[in-house]
Amino acid sequence: MSLTRADVEKVALLSRLRLDERELDAMTAELQSIVGYVDQLAEVDTDGVSPMAHAVELHNVLKDDCVAVSLPRNDALRNAPAHNDEGYMVPAVLGE
Amino acid sequence: MSEPYAIVIGLETHVQLATVSKLFCHCSTKFGAEPNTQTCPVCIGLPGSLPVMNREALRLSLRTALALNCQIPEFTKWDRKQYYYPDLPKGYQISQFDLPMSNDGWVAIDDPQERFAPKKVGIIRAHLEEDAGKSVHDEATGRGDSVIDLNRTGTPLLEIVSAPDMRSAAEVRAYLDELKLLLTYLAVSDCNMQEGSLRVDANVNLHIDVRGEVVATPIVEIKNLNSFRAVERAIEYEAERQFREWQETHQRLGDVPKQTRGWDDAAGRTKAQRSKEESSDYRYFPDPDLVPVVFTAEEIEQARKGLGELPQQLRERLQAEMRLSQYDASVLVNQGREVLDFFVAAAEASGDAKAVANFVTQDIQRHLNQTGQSLSGLPLTPMSLAELIKKLAAGEIPSPRARDVLMAMIEHGESANAAMERLGIEAVDESELENLCRTLLAANPQIVADLEAGKIKAIGALIGQARKQNPNADPNRIRDLCIAIVAGGNSV
Amino acid sequence: MSLTQLSAVEQAKQLASGELSSRELTSAYLENIASRDSKIGAYLRVDPDAVLAQADAADAKRKSGDHSPLLGLPVAVKDILCEQGQLTTCASRMLAEFRPPYDATVVSKLKQAGAVLLGRTNMDEFAMGGSTEHSAMQLTRNPWDTSRSPGGSSGGAAAAVAADMAPLSIGTDTGGSIRQPAGLCGVVGLKPTYGRVSRYGLIAFASSLDQVGPLARTVPDAALLFQAIAGHDSRDSTSLGETLPDDLIASISQPLKSLRLGYAREHLGEGVDAEVRDAVQAAMLQYESLGASLVEVELPHSKYAVATYYVIAPCEASSNLARYDGVHYGHRASVADVERELAAERASGASNIDSTLVRMYRNSRTEAFGAEVKRRIMLGTYALSAGYYDAYYLKALKVRRLIRQDYDQAFEQVDLLIGPVTASPAMTLGSMDNDPLAMYLVDLFTVGANLAGIPALSLPCGFSKLGLPIGLQLQGPPLAEPMLLKAGVMYQTAADWHTRRAIVEVHP
Ligand SMILES: [Mg+2]
Ligand SMILES: [Zn+2]
Repeated sequence: MSLTRADVEKVALLSRLRLDERELDAMTAELQSIVGYVDQLAEVDTDGVSPMAHAVELHNVLKDDCVAVSLPRNDALRNAPAHNDEGYMVPAVLGE
Repeated sequence: MSEPYAIVIGLETHVQLATVSKLFCHCSTKFGAEPNTQTCPVCIGLPGSLPVMNREALRLSLRTALALNCQIPEFTKWDRKQYYYPDLPKGYQISQFDLPMSNDGWVAIDDPQERFAPKKVGIIRAHLEEDAGKSVHDEATGRGDSVIDLNRTGTPLLEIVSAPDMRSAAEVRAYLDELKLLLTYLAVSDCNMQEGSLRVDANVNLHIDVRGEVVATPIVEIKNLNSFRAVERAIEYEAERQFREWQETHQRLGDVPKQTRGWDDAAGRTKAQRSKEESSDYRYFPDPDLVPVVFTAEEIEQARKGLGELPQQLRERLQAEMRLSQYDASVLVNQGREVLDFFVAAAEASGDAKAVANFVTQDIQRHLNQTGQSLSGLPLTPMSLAELIKKLAAGEIPSPRARDVLMAMIEHGESANAAMERLGIEAVDESELENLCRTLLAANPQIVADLEAGKIKAIGALIGQARKQNPNADPNRIRDLCIAIVAGGNSV
Repeated sequence: MSLTQLSAVEQAKQLASGELSSRELTSAYLENIASRDSKIGAYLRVDPDAVLAQADAADAKRKSGDHSPLLGLPVAVKDILCEQGQLTTCASRMLAEFRPPYDATVVSKLKQAGAVLLGRTNMDEFAMGGSTEHSAMQLTRNPWDTSRSPGGSSGGAAAAVAADMAPLSIGTDTGGSIRQPAGLCGVVGLKPTYGRVSRYGLIAFASSLDQVGPLARTVPDAALLFQAIAGHDSRDSTSLGETLPDDLIASISQPLKSLRLGYAREHLGEGVDAEVRDAVQAAMLQYESLGASLVEVELPHSKYAVATYYVIAPCEASSNLARYDGVHYGHRASVADVERELAAERASGASNIDSTLVRMYRNSRTEAFGAEVKRRIMLGTYALSAGYYDAYYLKALKVRRLIRQDYDQAFEQVDLLIGPVTASPAMTLGSMDNDPLAMYLVDLFTVGANLAGIPALSLPCGFSKLGLPIGLQLQGPPLAEPMLLKAGVMYQTAADWHTRRAIVEVHP
C-alpha cells in the first residue's frame, strides 16, 4: 500500500503531532520504507488463524467491588501543568 | 398519520451501573463529592497504571442484557476507543467494539392510551464501558479556561443501543419508561437522570413518501437530552425541522455526514454542534491491558434464574392470578418494585386485590404525590391496609369514611381500629338505623311522594340528613332501607 | 578482589554473615559511580545521601533479624518504573518533571525486600530504540568501548552492571531491550515469561510485549533479583498465578542431564557476523561437551517477526502514549504561544486552523517527544486508522499466532532454543541515525520471544577481535525460567566469559 504525504499529514493530526514541511518529507520517506518492509506480512497465509492480541491465555480476571482510599487531591493534581487546586485547567473546551 | 413522512428513531442509552467502586479501580462512584477527590493513578490514567475489571459491574451488565432478551456470546473483550478530550485522561475510552458482551435483544412496549400498537423495540447491543470525566467552564477566571473533574472518570456504564424501531415520541417515551422500569426492577442502576445515571442520545431521521418511493433523510444525533420529556420534545421538534430541511435541500441519507445537534430545553430547539476537525477515526483495537471474558452456559443460566419477575411477567401475573384489569396491572407494576411488593402483600392478606389496587393507585398514590414521600416512608403496612379492607367489607366502616380512616392510619401510624376510634366510627345498630329512616321519612312527606312516583334521586337529601344525625350511618344502607320502607308501607 | 567484583550472591552471603555491611558495599558502588559514570553515562540520577540512608536502614533491619535475600544489596532501576514522589522520566522531555504518586509493584517489592535503590538508569525515550541514543537526557557509552553504544533500550542498566556500577539492575524488554544491551555489554539479562513480573507501574511502551527483568553479572545473580520481583499481582490483569520454587537459587546450580537444545539454521546463516556465529557455535559445542544434544528446528515464520513486531508495538505505543497531552501531567506547550500562532494563521487567511486546545495538544507533544517516539506514534496511528486495520494490525496478530505456534512445535522436540542475541557486536554511536529500518532489523533474534510471550536469557559467550562482547540467547517455553537459568549456570560453570571486566578509565 502506498503511503502519501497527505496521509502522513492526516496521521499527524490524528496523532496530535505537528511536522513542518521538511519533517513531513522525511517522515513520509521513513514511513514508506517501514511500511514497505512490513507489507511482506501480506504473503503469509493466515486463513483460519485467530488473532493473538495477548501473550497470555487468561480470561475473566476480575476485582471485587469495594472502595479503597483515593489519592488526596493535592497528590492527584501535583503533576498537572495547570490547576486551580480543585481541578485541571485547560484552554476552553467549549466550542470544540 | 397526517404527516407525509414517518419518523425513525433509535436510542443510545448510557446507564450507570450500581457499583460502589469504579469499573477498573477502587475509587468510589458516589455522586456529589468535591472535584478530584475520588481519583487514583488508574482512573487518572497515570503512566504505568493498569485496569482490572470490576466483577460486580460485569454481573450487573449480564443481568441487564438477559433482561433485555439479548444473546450472550461466549467470548467478549474490551477495546480502546481513541480520541483526544481533556476529560478523557488516557486518550482513549475503554469500551467494546466488535465483540460486545450482548446483542440482539428486545423491549416490548405498549400504550394504555392506545396511541400506538404494542410492539417490540429491538436492542442491537448492550456493552460495558467506562465513563469520562467532566469539563466545567470556569466563568470566574475570565480567560475561558475549563476545569476538569475526573471523579466520574472510570464509572461503569452500560451502553444500550436500540434498533431504529421507534416511530413517534410516544413510542420513545414508552420505551424509555419501560427500560427505566426494567433497570429499576433489576436493581442495576438508580436511573437518576439529574445525577447522570441515565443518559439518552437519540438518532432521528425521516422516511418520506415521495410519489410512492420511500426516501430516507440524513440521520441526526441529538445530544444533551436531560429528561424523558426533553427527549419527546426534541424528537417532535427535530421531525418538523428535518422535514423543512428536506423541502429546502432534498438531501438524502448518505449525502452528508451524520450531524450532531444539541437540544436546548429552554429554547425548545436543537442546535448544530461544531463538527470535529477530522472525521472521527477512533482506531479501536483490543485493550492489551485487559483480558477477555468468557461466559459459560451455566453462568448465563444462573444469572437468568436470578433475574426474578420482570415488569412484563408481573403485569401478566397480576391479570391472571389477581384478576386485575390490564390497566390496573400496568399502573401497579409501573410504579416500581416497592409499590408492587406492598400491593401483593396487602392483596394476599386481604383477599381483595381489586380493593387494594384501588387504595394503592388512588388514595395512597395521591398522598405520596402530594407529600413527595415514598411508600416505605409511610407508617402503613400491607397488613394494616388489609385490615382496613376487611372491615370495610364487613360493613364495620361506612364506605365514605374509608378514606378518612386510611389517612388517619397514615398520619398517626396506627391500626384501622385505632383510627376508627379516633374518628368515632362504630358500627350502627340496624334497628337504630331503621328508626332514623322512619323518623326522617315521616318528617319529609314530599320525599316520600317523590319516591312513590319513582324519583329515586330524591333520596339523596334524606341520606344527607341521616348522616348529619349519625355520621356512621352507611349511605347505601340508608338508601336501601328508605326504599324498602316506602315500597312496603310499614312492613319493614 | 574488590567488593564490587564479587557476585551479588556472594555479596548477599557476606551481608548475611555480617562480614560486610550494606553501607560498605553501597559506598563501594557509589565510589565507582562517582569515578566512572562521567565516562559512561549509565545513570540519570543518583542521590548518594538518600542511597546511603537506605543502606543504613538495611543494616538496621538486618540487626533486628530480617534475612530477606536482597536485604542491603544495591539495585539500579531503569527510569521507566514509577517510584512514589521520585522523578520517573522515561528519558523523555515529556516526563522530565513527573513524580508519580505511587510505587510500581516491582519497586515496592524491591523496597520491601530491603534492596538499596542505587539510582535511575538511562534508556531510549519510552524504551523505543536499541541504542539508548534516543534518550532525551544523555548519551550512554558501552564500557567495553566508549565510542560504541551499550545497546538499548535498557542501555544504562546494562552499562551500569558491566562497569561495576551496580551488582544488579532492573531493565524492561519489549523487543529485546534487556537481552540486547546485556549481550552488547557482556552481562546476563533475563526477559521473563510475559505475566511473570507485574507491569503495574511500568510506564507502558507496548503493553502486550513489555516485561520487567533482571540484569546481572552472573546467572545466579540474575535469578536472585528475578525471584524478588516475580509473582502474581492483582493490579495487573495479565499477571500469571504460577509461582517460582522457593529454592530457585539452590536448584539452578544442579546441572541438567539430557538437555535438548534446538537451533534454527537461518539464525546462524547469512547476515550474522562470522565472529558472532563462531562464538555461538563454540557455545553450542560447549553444551554438547556438557552432555546436551543439539537438534535443528524450523521456525518458519521467524523471518516475519520483525515486521510483525513493528506493526504491533507501534500500534500499542501510539495508544499508550496518547495520554501525554499536557492536560493532567507531563509537558504542556505555552498556551500564549499557541494563541499567537493561531492569530497569525488566521490573519494570513489559512484554512483548517486548529482550535486552541488541539494546537496545545499538538505543540505539547511535538515539543516533548523525540524523533523515534514520534515515528512510532505515527506508524501505529497509521496502521490502526480506518482502512488499514485489517491489513496491518489484524494481520500482524495472526502472524503473531503463527510465530507462537512455531515455538510451541519446536518445544515439543527440544527443551530450549539456542542462538545469537544480535547479528553483530555493539555499534558505533551515531551509526544508525539515518536509517530507522536498519535499526529495527537489529531486533531480528529478540522480538520473537516478546511476540510469543516466552522467557529468554542472554549471556556472554565470547568477544570479537576488537574486544566487544558477544551474547548468547537461550529461549524456553512459557514458565521455563528455572530450566533457562539452570542451562545458564551450566554454561557459566564451564565458561568464564562473564568474569572478564571492562576497563573503564578512571578519573584521577
Ligand atoms: Mg459509549
Ligand atoms: Zn480510581
